[in-house]
Amino acid sequence: MPTLRSHILISGDPVSLARGAEAIKGAVESELAYYALTDEVAVALSGNLRLAPEQLPAAVIYPDDVTYGPITLNDVPLIVSEHLYKGRIVDALQITTKPLTGAIVRVPAREGALFAQQRVVLARAGIINPESIEDYVAHDGYAALGHALTRMTPAQVVQEITDAGLQGRGGAGFPVGKKLNLVAKAPGEEKFVLCNADESEPGTFKDRLIIEGDPHSVLEGMLLAGYAIGARVGYIYIRGEYHLARERLEQAIRQARAMGLLGEGIFATDFTFDIHVHSGAGAYICGEESALIESFEGKRGEPRIRPPFPTTVGVWGRPTAVNNVESLANLPPIVKNGASWYRSIGTAKCPGTKVYTMLGDVNVTGLIEVPMGTTLRTVIEVYGGGMKQGKPFKLAQTGGSAGAIIDASFLDVPMDFAELAARGGGLGSGALLIAGPDTCVVDLAHVLLRFFASESCGKCVPCRIGTTRAKEILARLADARATLDDIHQLERIANNMQAAAFCGLGQAAAVPILTGLRFFRNEFVAHAEQHCLAGVCPMRGEPPAAKRRFGRKELATAA
Amino acid sequence: MPINLTINGKPVQAREGQTVLEVCWENHISLPTLCHHPDLTPVGACRLCVVEVEKMRGLIASCTLPATEGMVVRTETPKVVEERKFILEMLLTDHPNDCMTCESNGDCELQNAVYQYQVPWPEHKGARHNYPAGADPNPFVFTDFNKCILCTRCVRACAEIQGRNVWGVAFRGFNDRIVAGADVTMLEAGCESCGACAAYCPTGALTDKPSRGQARSYQMKKVTTTCVYCGVGCQFDLNVRSGRVVKVTSNPKAPVNGMALCVKGRYGYEFIHHPDRLTKPLVKKDGAFVETTWEEALSLIGKKFAQVKKENGADAFATLASAKATNEENYLIQKFTRVVMGTNNVDHCARL
Repeated sequence: MPTLRSHILISGDPVSLARGAEAIKGAVESELAYYALTDEVAVALSGNLRLAPEQLPAAVIYPDDVTYGPITLNDVPLIVSEHLYKGRIVDALQITTKPLTGAIVRVPAREGALFAQQRVVLARAGIINPESIEDYVAHDGYAALGHALTRMTPAQVVQEITDAGLQGRGGAGFPVGKKLNLVAKAPGEEKFVLCNADESEPGTFKDRLIIEGDPHSVLEGMLLAGYAIGARVGYIYIRGEYHLARERLEQAIRQARAMGLLGEGIFATDFTFDIHVHSGAGAYICGEESALIESFEGKRGEPRIRPPFPTTVGVWGRPTAVNNVESLANLPPIVKNGASWYRSIGTAKCPGTKVYTMLGDVNVTGLIEVPMGTTLRTVIEVYGGGMKQGKPFKLAQTGGSAGAIIDASFLDVPMDFAELAARGGGLGSGALLIAGPDTCVVDLAHVLLRFFASESCGKCVPCRIGTTRAKEILARLADARATLDDIHQLERIANNMQAAAFCGLGQAAAVPILTGLRFFRNEFVAHAEQHCLAGVCPMRGEPPAAKRRFGRKELATAA
Repeated sequence: MPINLTINGKPVQAREGQTVLEVCWENHISLPTLCHHPDLTPVGACRLCVVEVEKMRGLIASCTLPATEGMVVRTETPKVVEERKFILEMLLTDHPNDCMTCESNGDCELQNAVYQYQVPWPEHKGARHNYPAGADPNPFVFTDFNKCILCTRCVRACAEIQGRNVWGVAFRGFNDRIVAGADVTMLEAGCESCGACAAYCPTGALTDKPSRGQARSYQMKKVTTTCVYCGVGCQFDLNVRSGRVVKVTSNPKAPVNGMALCVKGRYGYEFIHHPDRLTKPLVKKDGAFVETTWEEALSLIGKKFAQVKKENGADAFATLASAKATNEENYLIQKFTRVVMGTNNVDHCARL
């Protein structure tokens, strides 16, 4: 199949239709046939192009991103011959003259919302209509898939992703290319792509917004992964609470099937692939890939023994590539633009961008996508609009509940998987909890351990009982009923849990305790001496002057 | 191809597919376990068998770790011992301190491990479960989930050995609990009372109800025997105290059945000491059965058989054999019928 070099979208809103948009589309098609361009240029009636009524009907040509309007039947020969045949923009008919710089053109950021410095995964989110496959296609959607299917072998796709150095964005940072390669080489006729959309890390909601804002990018990533490993079916395991995201995905799948982008013979090749969505039932542990597979198969959500890894024995015993939503959404841009382009973003060890969800004591919270290696200081000052009420930075927790609690010495560390890990921190899933001086580390750790104790699956002893005992000690610390021996026991529990818990979640549950003790041991000791330095903990039930606990909306009243 | 690895500085060989735990045990390197049982699929839940392996992060459970070429394993480093002590301490923080009256005292894997690592009873202020002991009305299995360490050996034994899937794990984390079916009674969940769960339980959570309070394991003499109930030929150990059979335990070396037994074999031993049991042959004299000697009884039978054959012909005689008899016994019955009695009228209850 020949590759399309241009798309021309004719506005298909009621006003344009009333002014003869369909006739214009017919005229474009016959002009294209005259120049023998039918196979190279796609013509479509689009949805609403969001233009002023006096500019309708209009036509948008991609990839040039040039809009003409209002146009009449008489303008069609000129547009086709000049723009599509000769490649010259017809300035006279253009709505706004945009210099063709190659940069991604943005709509102005909404006031008060976060603006993006460099968007790869979220390039279309907030710009296209997520419920329209036409919008996605008009923004180069499925171009990477077409390119891969018609011009690349599966091995080349794997190689491109490997060369790009993409690391898994679920938290562990395992190289995606390596994983796909393992599945591609694993013995077995039947293989699966499994998208991990069970985003259960508290404070992390990037995957939800990626799916809600641009569901087709995830589907395209799964198609590329499926082509790379030789799978015919992909599954999305989505968090049970994500109703809108699930609806968007299901609608996107229906649209893609209707367009022949899912099903048999995609892009007129012999590649066949379909995607199904499965909802989780609200368990933190099911975000762990092997527990996710167990749950997906209808069993109790508990992690599996590894090895064998899911890459050889995954869903129903078949080799399975389990990838996070953000990892998959990175695949289309990598395949389309190439590994060297991807490597130009981010750091040498960790190329690309990272989507963060920022929350806590900053003026602007929400979702941002910045290159790997951006420092915490930049994130807080530029994207977070500074600390709330101008208070000083005290600590951050990176990577969600199981992430490291880091202090101000990390503010200027370029944040990526390698750098943070080398300093005893961790990037994790991309949640950035920023806290000022009104936060008590013991209180924070207590809230976190309450979460872990209630979410531990209970399979292994260190996590099942360890999380509960750690929670109890922290509760006693917060209530001035603990001793220095308790701190010693807390550290012992965390060390042993980290060393020998069955799965990564149990091991990571110790991280906030160990990092909290590492950077803020004085606060723990103060609690054993019946003082809460931040004035947060109740200390024998007496409410402190400025009471403020995590998980509640109450704000510090102190000026 | 043998796999070469080093355990505690000693070079050892493993076969393809063996775990590090199996290799250790084969080479007489002791490793404590709780959730592991050679008959059951490994789960790696208790983490007691953790070892240090060079080039691997953290501590690794040896029961689920395949032995690979060049592996360097250490089984009793200070880090490993500390982890084991920690695990046992954690288990004790949610375990009753009642070994004195516990049915499993002296035959308890948790007790053995706590003893081996000398873990003191933890002074502990936190939460402890208090489930009602003996809550399940099953007549043969006594349940006390306060003593459960959630090793899931009962779950696996029921599913993998007996195929009944009565047991499962319910709830989450610290509140994980072994339940029958959807938290109903064992019998409601389809239990056949085979007692496999109790046989595989490493602690006193599941024990044999009829034997409670009868004897400590070290007070009983084990006598291996073959079950009399059917022709399968299961073997097990009669546990005898003061000349009385008080309990049946599985004998893992039983060639036919291993640890598996049915409800009759494991719990149907009361007939042994029952007053109604016949211990001598009876012969009817003047309309009433009276005790007699085997000599008299057998000669009477021989006489009557010969008389029937002589008066009514060989085909007036038939034998119906029993599935409870062994193959060898059934073979002898048909041989007797054909050769001695001279008829082919042989049948067997299992033919139906």
